[in-house]
Amino acid sequence: MLKYIIKRVLWMIPMLIGISLISFFIMHLAPGDITNNEASFNPKASEESRQKLRELYNLDKPIIVQYGLWLKRMVQLDFGNSFASHQKPVFLGVTDGDSNYTEGMIEAALPITLMINLLGLVITLTLAIPLGILAARKYQLWQDKSITLFNFIGFSIPGFWLSLLLMYWLGVVNNWLPISGLHSLNYDNLDTWGKLTDSISHLVMPVIIPSITGLAGITLFVKNGMLDVLNQDYITTARAKGLSEHKVVYTHALRNALLPLITIIGLSIPGLIGGSVISETIFAIPGMGKLFYDAVLMRDFPVVMGVLTIGSALTLLGNLLADVAYAWADPRVRRGVAKD
Amino acid sequence: MNTHMLLIRTQLVRSVLFMTALLISSCLALSACRQQPDPIDYSKAHPGESGSTLISAMAAEPSSLIFMIAGESASAEIASNLFNSLLTYNAQLDIKGELANSWEVSNQQKTITFKLKPNLKWADGKPLTSADVLFTWQLVTDENTRSPYASDFQLVTKAEAPDALTFIATYNQAYAPALDSWSSLHILPKHLLEGQDIRTTNFARNPIGSHYYQLSQWKHGENIKLSRNPYSVLGQANIEQLITRIIPDNSAQFLELMADNIDSMGLDPIKYSRIIPTRPRLQKNLNLYKALGNSYTYLGFNLKHKPFNDIRVRKAINYAIDKQEIIDGVFLGLGINIASPYKPGTRWSNPALKPASFNPSKAKALLKEAGFVDANGDGILERDGKPFAFEIITNQNKEREKSAVIIQRRLKEIGIDVKIRAIEWASFISRFINTGEFDVVILGWGLGLDPDQYSIWHSSQHGPGQFNFLGYNNATVDKLLEQGRTELNPDKRQTIYHAFAEQLLADSPIVYLSAGYGLTAIHKRVQGIANPTPPAGVGYDSQKWFIPKSYRRNQISAH
Repeated sequence: MLKYIIKRVLWMIPMLIGISLISFFIMHLAPGDITNNEASFNPKASEESRQKLRELYNLDKPIIVQYGLWLKRMVQLDFGNSFASHQKPVFLGVTDGDSNYTEGMIEAALPITLMINLLGLVITLTLAIPLGILAARKYQLWQDKSITLFNFIGFSIPGFWLSLLLMYWLGVVNNWLPISGLHSLNYDNLDTWGKLTDSISHLVMPVIIPSITGLAGITLFVKNGMLDVLNQDYITTARAKGLSEHKVVYTHALRNALLPLITIIGLSIPGLIGGSVISETIFAIPGMGKLFYDAVLMRDFPVVMGVLTIGSALTLLGNLLADVAYAWADPRVRRGVAKD
Repeated sequence: MNTHMLLIRTQLVRSVLFMTALLISSCLALSACRQQPDPIDYSKAHPGESGSTLISAMAAEPSSLIFMIAGESASAEIASNLFNSLLTYNAQLDIKGELANSWEVSNQQKTITFKLKPNLKWADGKPLTSADVLFTWQLVTDENTRSPYASDFQLVTKAEAPDALTFIATYNQAYAPALDSWSSLHILPKHLLEGQDIRTTNFARNPIGSHYYQLSQWKHGENIKLSRNPYSVLGQANIEQLITRIIPDNSAQFLELMADNIDSMGLDPIKYSRIIPTRPRLQKNLNLYKALGNSYTYLGFNLKHKPFNDIRVRKAINYAIDKQEIIDGVFLGLGINIASPYKPGTRWSNPALKPASFNPSKAKALLKEAGFVDANGDGILERDGKPFAFEIITNQNKEREKSAVIIQRRLKEIGIDVKIRAIEWASFISRFINTGEFDVVILGWGLGLDPDQYSIWHSSQHGPGQFNFLGYNNATVDKLLEQGRTELNPDKRQTIYHAFAEQLLADSPIVYLSAGYGLTAIHKRVQGIANPTPPAGVGYDSQKWFIPKSYRRNQISAH
């Protein structure tokens, strides 16, 4: 097992280099660079100054040289600094000579996105698993149909539209929840309890709305898995033994039905760290989605590459974890890996 | 229909009904217990009172508060509350002193001597002197600063600070936009920035200025809080704290405005003239302001491409476009027709010029004269067997895209086949504008207050990345622009720029589409706002704004 994991981790290195190479070239296929942003389209700003900026960032060099320079820094785990005029470090913060700390861009955005998406995933799973089981047990009955209908409504409603409606209804009309942002303006003056409730109230909409729209897939997955398992011979045997229906469903069927979920969770890891541009923009959340989107529009290459690299590294790690977890949960897989 | 199908149908109907009933009942239950706060009458006028907080919103976060490097409007919006310049503009857009008490132009208009106001201080209490001005000039012209705005200041051949209150800038030759350039250069503190790398310094996020406010907190991606600067060189502002929330989505901003969580925001025409007037509660709480901005939208021809090098074709297209229709349809009437590239009502705008009228028959006649006829009867004009067809390109800007659609229809009517392409900004600039590979563009210019437009219209500015990308080339205009740059007498300059605008209109390198109004909503709790809005804009003299005690947020409810 350990050998298997080490092998997989070592394989990640050439994979990451390949991913970064492709990303780097695709990114440079898009016309324009940092000097073509809207602010510099100003009759007072001279082309000469833009050229100097290009030289500063080595944008005047051939792409392959630029990639080499980037890779050289990456080997030392240096993600570089943003091309934007604040020149913040892309990944981790730094402390300068006067002990002023400058926060890294991904360092600031990743925890926010991760928290929101993890909470969302937990909510989705806690809703989807019982709903899926219920739908499978009451297959073709009104419970099943209601759940399917509800799921498809949630799946079909555009997230931004639902968000705006709920922001209006919950935030403007009733004033129950804050409309946008992560904290109230007086957050720093609140006590611990106040800070907690303030943060939670700001997170309710950004967390719950995407989980509603994401509910459909997982519910369907659990339902189908459960239906498969419930038709197996060993379930019939269990029922024939006279086990209670509760024991049949929750002890024997559920464990097997949930195995594919591990794959689903593994596959959702890129989404967990990627964040959503639309929901982060609407709710004014400074997360990864917005960071990446803005960087692409600005042609802020170090940030684009930083997000892609960290994203792909975490994705590969997530896949590995999912495989390991699968092996741990399913003896059949474990035996296969051991043979390998 | 068999019974099985029917059964499924009934079950489906039942579950739909169940879900709907559940939704409706929960909606009713939730709405029943909503509490409406007592409406407050904001219409009473109060005497000026100091204190309180003004909350506004912006879509993009400034990248740095050193404007000479950041160069973007978000940076200017915050930094202009923190830093002063030597000069500024008054309500009527005439230059007046800010840090400078007086200034004198001498030596055949080549030297400007600024006298600073005495006893100026930075927000940390240190004295602000001409050494800081000199330092700022050195900084902006330094190679390593790479300021996009350096070119104006590189023309200064000698800068001196002979004593603490005097700053002398000498130019090689008289440079008329100089005064305007000094009004846009934020003076930075030498004692904090000397020896620092200006591009990476922590000062950009933690600045010390001299204006009404100083930065008290900057939560990245969330908000920027400014508080009054006790050492402010221009006296004290009424409002104690300015908070700018960063809310990228315009709809979310508007919801925050509706919920009374922010006091002011910029509006688009639909919100200004359709949404707010139809909602009594918003109308009760908000004052609306409109003021002409210093910008305009235009349709520009690539003058190096056929057939747009033919003035008759350009004029024909100008006559074929109904500008009022675009203003009414796209800007809901919140814009005006213009005939010169200057803000109407200012001295630089030539009142004698009138925009070309909407006259399709004249357009057709001109095209015929230029050799375009519909020989094969397909409704599209041809010349030398080739149909008259081109593409209008623009960036992804809703108003420009809509304008293009209206223009497309009008040009179809006179037999021109137009296609429209909207392209993301960076691709648009680098792939089309900088390479000159386009026929017709719809774009806009946002201009400074100085009338100099050398970089847009002078024939020396044709190179890739320069701003005369339309390829305009007129010896008379070149000469006028050169004269205008070296003439510091405002009356003489006015004559020059009126002549320039007249020549430009006659040549039709662009079709002026409209100059839009800047639209702002400000909560009625904010009083002391100049009414009517002066030419300098709603925000002029905002240090005089105040919020009466009884209208303040924390007095009303604990949000």
